Amino acid sequence: MNLNWMAWTGPTAIFFIVIACLLLIFTVLGIKYPETPRRGILTIETTRGDRLFITLLGSAFINAGWLALSGLPQWWALGICAIYAVAVFRWV
Amino acid sequence: MDKVQNNKAWFLVLPVLVLVAFSAVIPLMTVVNYSVQDTFGNNVFFWEGLGWFQEVLTSKQVHSAFGRQLMFSGIILAIQIPLGIAIALCMPKKGFWASVCLVLMALPLLVPWNVVGTIWQILGRADIGLLGYVLDALNINFNYSRNAIHAWIIVVTMDVWHWTSLVALLAYAGLQSIPQAYYQAAKIDQASRWKVFRYIELPKMQGVLLIAILLRFMDSFMIYTEPFVVTGGGPGTATSFLSIDLVKLALGQFDLGPAAAFSIMYFLVILLVSWVFYTVMTNLDKAEGR
Repeated sequence: MNLNWMAWTGPTAIFFIVIACLLLIFTVLGIKYPETPRRGILTIETTRGDRLFITLLGSAFINAGWLALSGLPQWWALGICAIYAVAVFRWV
Repeated sequence: MDKVQNNKAWFLVLPVLVLVAFSAVIPLMTVVNYSVQDTFGNNVFFWEGLGWFQEVLTSKQVHSAFGRQLMFSGIILAIQIPLGIAIALCMPKKGFWASVCLVLMALPLLVPWNVVGTIWQILGRADIGLLGYVLDALNINFNYSRNAIHAWIIVVTMDVWHWTSLVALLAYAGLQSIPQAYYQAAKIDQASRWKVFRYIELPKMQGVLLIAILLRFMDSFMIYTEPFVVTGGGPGTATSFLSIDLVKLALGQFDLGPAAAFSIMYFLVILLVSWVFYTVMTNLDKAEGR
């Protein structure tokens, strides 16, 4: 299969592989350890999957904001995202 | 009780999954790939990193297009939602005229976008259009291709003409589902017309109104064809909304990299707004079910 037209690059491939792995892990977790939704600080019911979605979407905006405003290395934004992810999974 | 666990039905979803993969996921992945590279055609790409994102995020042009887009969505929501509710309240509840109203209301919804654009483009012209001609006869100098405010007026009016019926039909459906007993109770309590609206009709319409707001927001946020046909994004950039700018960038200048970065940011905003609306809607449903 020729995928040249999709113009793949290493970093974007890693990006999608990571997201695919995350989805896979959360699917397996969902089957192995079923859960009940809980209410966090957003006062909405969230499951693990919801929290993953909030984390990913929020991380995208954190990265965008970092890129637009800070002018510092982009890697640092990933650190903020990690803190954000922990916070989301702990309190949301 | 032991419930039989059988998830095989999920396999029936596979064809849709394949379709969505081809129509949405793979193109989206390609866009992500484009967004970090530069190309001069011929399928030859050069690594660019996050440069395009930085350019898009700090570009004045994109910021102002985003502002115009928000303003447009805000204006049409502020007009269409109250107007739609008002129309729904005025429509006859049953009988011959109810059907006539419903059909008439549905007509604008059936007109394709580019035709709506053409209709209003001609209607507003002073030489051959009825609206333009009448305004001209009244000594009002209406020219949507020169005056930015006039361009906005015609674009907003066009959208209101095209889509208010959708809000009205949804609100009408919401009104129809209210049991008569509520109105009788209100009558016994001698509730005023406003109180009936405020405490019976509005809460009961909440669900459909949220759907109406969501649909209208999404549609207006992605609007392309109508302003493109009527004003072409002009005069200057007065009615260049996000999608018009994006198409200029991607197809007009063939700047695939910046256009891809632009579309990803656009996509993220839409994803965020949709998620917020979806969450609010499902939580309202749960609150009502309790």
